[in-house]
Amino acid sequence: MLFDVIITIALKEGMLDPEARAIQNALAHLGIPTLSLSTARRFCIGIDAVDREEAGTKARAICERLLANPVIHRYEIEVV
Amino acid sequence: MRFAVIRFGGSNCDLDTVHVLSEVLGVDTDLVWYRDGLQRRYDAVILPGGFSYGDYLRAGAIAARTPIMADVISHAREGGLVLGICNGAQIAAESGLVPGVFTRNEVPRFICRPTWLRVETTDTPFTRLYRRGEVIRVPVAHGEGRYVAPPGVIARLNRERRIAFRYCDTEGRVTPGANPNGSIEGIAGILGEGRNVLVMMPHPERSSELVIGSEDGRRIFESMIEHCQAGTTRQR
Repeated sequence: MLFDVIITIALKEGMLDPEARAIQNALAHLGIPTLSLSTARRFCIGIDAVDREEAGTKARAICERLLANPVIHRYEIEVV
Repeated sequence: MRFAVIRFGGSNCDLDTVHVLSEVLGVDTDLVWYRDGLQRRYDAVILPGGFSYGDYLRAGAIAARTPIMADVISHAREGGLVLGICNGAQIAAESGLVPGVFTRNEVPRFICRPTWLRVETTDTPFTRLYRRGEVIRVPVAHGEGRYVAPPGVIARLNRERRIAFRYCDTEGRVTPGANPNGSIEGIAGILGEGRNVLVMMPHPERSSELVIGSEDGRRIFESMIEHCQAGTTRQR
């Protein structure tokens, strides 16, 4: 069965996000000051699995073995 | 004695490294295409700088999961030397050869300039020809060189004297101003648990000949050669 899985990889709380800071500065230059800004990456993945649980297990393996680096990242999985 | 330099798709310091080893220092060196795996025993394996897989996902993340890295990890487990330079350092960290990660510079732009490094330990196969506290000039060229690791890991690296180099000023002072990328404690290079793996963001292969500005990095390769020669003598 095909499951669409949406994985979001973001920096852990408190990690320096230089990209976000640069974007905030650019927005300020455009006259749009912001109070906070963080970045994340979203992956949409099709997974073949017998049920939602197996799809979730596979998605966790994808995060832990490649998409996220546990030193700096946290991840969220949504099985659609 | 034979060294290997691994070429991934996107490596671009591989030939410079082979040049220094074979032409400047006279070491038999194989340039190994990553898909070929390690076909024989080597005394040292070097992961060179560059942009493997275009830095997709994270610098070094994809190269770290290629089959040849299992060969490199086995080589390191058997006591062989591994030197990861720049992208090679990122690959080694991603593959777990050393703890922590090299990530986006504090100021998110690519930096390419000389840096000064303080040699923090000479009790390694890579730094035995330096003096402790010596200040050397070696250039950096990276966008993702900021070393990050949890406080417990940093404490352990300090305790076990596994920090090989810190960015410093010309007088050897480790200051925020001398730190090009925001690395924790100015860390520029660290050792693996067995001290036979060194990863560093600065490029010693770009500072191994006076004609290109500095030969301060050459003693890293010379230290490795001396270490391997000593090992061969011991085995006899």
